[in-house]
Amino acid sequence: MQFKDYYHTLDIKKDSNQEEIKRSYRKLARKYHPDVNKDPEAEARFKEIGEAYEVLKVPEKRAAYDNLGSGLHEGQEFRPPPNWDAGFEFSGGPAGAGGNADYSDFFEEMFGNLGGRSGQDHRAGTFSAHGEDHHAKIAINLEDSFHGNTMTITLQSTEVDQKTGNIYTRPHTLNVKIPKGVREGQRIRLPGQGGVGYGQGNKGDLYIDVVFNPHPLFKVDGRDILLDLPVTPWEAALGATVSSPVLGGSVDLKIPPDSQTGRKLRLKGKGIPGKPHGDQYVVLKVVIPKADNEKAKEFYKKMAKEMPMDPRSTMGR
Amino acid sequence: MIQEKHLKVEAIVLNRSLRVTVDELCEMCRINREEVIGMVEEGIIDPLGNSRQEWRFHGYDIKKIQVVLRLQRDLKVNLPGAAVILDLLDEIEELKKGRIKG
Repeated sequence: MQFKDYYHTLDIKKDSNQEEIKRSYRKLARKYHPDVNKDPEAEARFKEIGEAYEVLKVPEKRAAYDNLGSGLHEGQEFRPPPNWDAGFEFSGGPAGAGGNADYSDFFEEMFGNLGGRSGQDHRAGTFSAHGEDHHAKIAINLEDSFHGNTMTITLQSTEVDQKTGNIYTRPHTLNVKIPKGVREGQRIRLPGQGGVGYGQGNKGDLYIDVVFNPHPLFKVDGRDILLDLPVTPWEAALGATVSSPVLGGSVDLKIPPDSQTGRKLRLKGKGIPGKPHGDQYVVLKVVIPKADNEKAKEFYKKMAKEMPMDPRSTMGR
Repeated sequence: MIQEKHLKVEAIVLNRSLRVTVDELCEMCRINREEVIGMVEEGIIDPLGNSRQEWRFHGYDIKKIQVVLRLQRDLKVNLPGAAVILDLLDEIEELKKGRIKG
């Protein structure tokens, strides 16, 4: 088991008073709340902060924690001394049933059976009730949304043993049918795939937030997708029909004559499926041949002479 | 080792075309009617329909309610405070996409 440095987590000194602990906790909780902070690490950080506060906010638990000894640091391999908690009084029953039990091994081992957890999760955790709703995130490819796909996901689900009240985790594997047209940032609901209910309660639901893996070619904007398409100067100037990738294949794309870099062409209905379908936008990017030999250099010089232009004429000097 | 059977689960996308009644919304979010009415009055969610009996909510409302409930639980934010946070989060999202200019 690895030691958790709760003072370090809450960014406070060991001699901070309860008021300072609370203030630092509140500040960090606001900063790292997963609904506010979109950093992928935020959720884990938020849980660590909550766990640290859970211990340090209760003077008796804090005293027991402090008693473990000084000189221990975060992540250090750690065995609790026997009877480390003897002589400390804790109020309330064992923490456990129905919390959002994403605590570290350290916490579960040391504090999991000590004084009660605060009133968090009163909605889901009460006795008669419905299982907890679970939340998770999956990263899918743009193609999965375009075609629809079935993905196998494995979540660590925390459950409470109905007989003993102990918390244990077990892998929860699901084949999830990803609906066609799902978009980044959308939440999907899997009814009955959340936590087990208590007593007669039904199972909770599982909610999954969808994010897209970065695509090598396409960018996504809502239902629309964007593609930068390199073209030659003669294709741009004279017009041409070129092959352009689209989701799930390729199409022949007609480039109008006199096109410039940045020209946006719309392929209607070639975006993410839905009502209505999204579009694909192709942004042309003119790529010029290298002047890396005499013949090419001569050719450019000839162009300069025969078709002079000043692309900066509107810029004022 | 016991090979667990993996059931194929149909996912429901919480998008704009999904429509749910007040009762379904309450059941999904584990809240009561009064809480829903409070959020409608605060302008957090905006149902279709003229009367409370006809109210229909769409999928994004469910996500919004879940965010509000978590903010209330974790940060002790009140309802107007949560509404401000939701608006600001939307604005940040738009700014990131570069849709709001100067």
